[in-house]
Amino acid sequence: MDTHGIIIPTKDKLFNLEPLLSRTPGNIITWIILAVGFVITVIRFTVGIGSVTNLTEAQPWGLWIGFDLLCGVCLAAGGYFTTVACYVMGMKHFHSAVRPAVTTAFLGYAFVVVALLYDLGHPLRLPYMFFFPGTTSVLFEVGLCVATYLTVLFIEFSVAPMEWLAQKFPWLLTCRKIVIRVTILLTIFGVTLSTLHQSSLGSLYLIAPGKLHPLWYSPFMPMFFFVSSMAAGASMVIFEGLFAHKGVHQYMDATHLREADGVVLSFARAASFILFAYFMLKFIDMLVQANLPWLGTGWGAWWLVEMFGFVLLPALLYAKGARDGNVGLCRLTSVLAVAGIVLNRFNVSMIAFNWQLPSAERYFPSIWEICISIFVVTMIVTAYRFIVYNMPVLYEHPDFKGEEH
Amino acid sequence: MNRRKFLTILGSAGVVSALGSAKVAEASPASFPYYPDSWGVLHDTTRCIGCRRCEAACQKVNNLPEPKVPFTDLSVTEKKRHTTAYEWTVVNKYEVNGKPYFRKLQCFHCNDPACASACFARCFSKLPNGAVVYDGSQCVGCRYCMVACPFYVPGFQYDLAWDPLVQKCTFCEPRLKEGKLPGCVEACPVDAITFGRRSDLIKIARARMAENPGRYVDYLYGEYDAGGTAWMVLAPAAGGAPVPVDDPEGAGAEFKQLGLDTHLGSQPMGQLTYGALGAVPMIVAFWPVLFGGAWAMTKRREAMAKLEQEKIIKDAKDDLAAAVDAAVRKIGETEGEGAAERARQAMTETLKAREAQNSGDGHGEEK
Ligand code: SF4
Ligand code: SF4
Ligand code: SF4
Repeated sequence: MDTHGIIIPTKDKLFNLEPLLSRTPGNIITWIILAVGFVITVIRFTVGIGSVTNLTEAQPWGLWIGFDLLCGVCLAAGGYFTTVACYVMGMKHFHSAVRPAVTTAFLGYAFVVVALLYDLGHPLRLPYMFFFPGTTSVLFEVGLCVATYLTVLFIEFSVAPMEWLAQKFPWLLTCRKIVIRVTILLTIFGVTLSTLHQSSLGSLYLIAPGKLHPLWYSPFMPMFFFVSSMAAGASMVIFEGLFAHKGVHQYMDATHLREADGVVLSFARAASFILFAYFMLKFIDMLVQANLPWLGTGWGAWWLVEMFGFVLLPALLYAKGARDGNVGLCRLTSVLAVAGIVLNRFNVSMIAFNWQLPSAERYFPSIWEICISIFVVTMIVTAYRFIVYNMPVLYEHPDFKGEEH
Repeated sequence: MNRRKFLTILGSAGVVSALGSAKVAEASPASFPYYPDSWGVLHDTTRCIGCRRCEAACQKVNNLPEPKVPFTDLSVTEKKRHTTAYEWTVVNKYEVNGKPYFRKLQCFHCNDPACASACFARCFSKLPNGAVVYDGSQCVGCRYCMVACPFYVPGFQYDLAWDPLVQKCTFCEPRLKEGKLPGCVEACPVDAITFGRRSDLIKIARARMAENPGRYVDYLYGEYDAGGTAWMVLAPAAGGAPVPVDDPEGAGAEFKQLGLDTHLGSQPMGQLTYGALGAVPMIVAFWPVLFGGAWAMTKRREAMAKLEQEKIIKDAKDDLAAAVDAAVRKIGETEGEGAAERARQAMTETLKAREAQNSGDGHGEEK
């Protein structure tokens, strides 16, 4: 096996922490961000939400919902997208992409919940929604689905840590067998839950037609959110690969490297189709809702920037990259596509939200809100690195080689 | 989706105005006032003098903190203030057709409140007496109620680290129970806010319109808007020609100038999400079937491919065996039985070795 010198943790040396603790510039920046984040966390939970945010009565949801929740969940869509492609559609050549995608999806969702705790006035009461279920609320559906899906992702992901620890705790082998046997059930369960909560993130805003600009408000928002989450899922797999190949290249085995380019090209082609479809849907919706006159306004110009610059352009670039077999172009396009998704979620939740309010009452995130969001992203990256350095995610564990599931 | 539903969705999206679709509302059971005997308040903006006595009364009867600007300072009404967690009602000045008018802002106590529909911990309830009340003991502090409220009413105690709650006008529910008037109503010196049964208030409003031609816009805000509200507003008319019915934008102008949203439609806001929520069981039922089917097809394709592969291998093996047999027979004929036996052994061993080598690399079998 071509290991590039992958350090497989052994029974006696379980942890491979050296790459996380060495004094590289990246690590030093990480430590600083984590330290600052910790301080803001203490302030947030001892002085109140108002002390670190610019939230108001008019804008009760700011960056923590707009970025950490809306974008976080959407960008973690790579998990369901990849597992469905591999297990349901039988595209076995994506197999090496499944574990990294499931890992990032699991981390993404886990930290969505962590970030949510900052935003809740009563973080410890989060489970109350199960005891006093407000079944008429879209938020209830979101909460229920995210909680269940997080559990599903945890089980799907658990194979990697179990393989990592199996030498020390052999009973984990039995658990692992069970999990692998129910993989397909988990996958189907997962895609159902994903459909529900990806779309219901869009449904959250259905209740506020007076607050969201007509170009973004639509009865079809749930569908828009779902369709764009598929494009986000495919794009995020490519986007993450871009960084993984820079940062943790030496942890990839030969299979992963061999399949990586194929994964990029196939996912780029899929994303291109989905983005085209999304573009058409949005455009037809705009015409049906008689929003054409709005296009002449500043909001219309902004909407066109989003639609042409961040939906149609990446669709075309993906199509070209996939046809020419140009992996580099596909990777660059994924940056644009991911930015487009973030822009769309920002528009719905912050920029075009409360568009009628005078500019003095408009919301702009405070520096501390931004810091917490950066802090959360840094925690995700650090957790991802820890996992990749220790667990068989980008390579197959030699003990379990050939045991595809 | 039937036509009316479609229209109201469009209406809520800002294409058909609330005024234009008021007729639709009459036919819709959802906008039926749930508690016909419930209380309400009529706010006549043509009478309001902007004295802020209602603000002061609200602060007093509800033990709210002292205001930053004393209630005697009337200049704050120039600024467009919102209600907050600590100011449950505020009075703002608006220019309507060039003349100054005042409007009191507070919770509208909607018939089918958006805040209650949005809360995922069931903190809000609409009481039979008309009040929409909030119980903070199970509030998670997610503030989705604030996102949902079309009137920007609920405030949040952002300044509290422990037990921050959503706060808004309670309709003085505790006082209503004692048979007292809401603090603000009691304090109003000019009868700009009238307390009564909601059904009576609608009649009173119509009567005022009839008795004072040209004084009011011929529309009672809150009768149907957002599914109907317990607190309703009368607006001063332009004093000129009546606005043509086919010009919904123009018809709402006075209310718009008073800072009221005329595009809310006549359905309760919560109903906008029911369609999406109704799709949940469909997806739960349908998706597993769909993806299960896709998976079964994939499996079957794989199984067929495997069978075919096995058949090819078997044929090749049979061919090989036949060839070996023929070769051995040939050797037996020319070289004798002993040589044939040795040749067979050598060939079998070679084949075995190769087979072992082949199955050694590449990925293992699928499960
Ligand atoms: S005005 Fe807002 S807070 Fe008051 S009942 Fe209606 S939706 Fe709820
Ligand atoms: S903030 Fe409290 S009352 Fe408002 S929706 Fe959330 S849980 Fe319900
Ligand atoms: S009804 Fe009571 S709580 Fe509401 S604004 Fe009037 S005084 Fe304040």
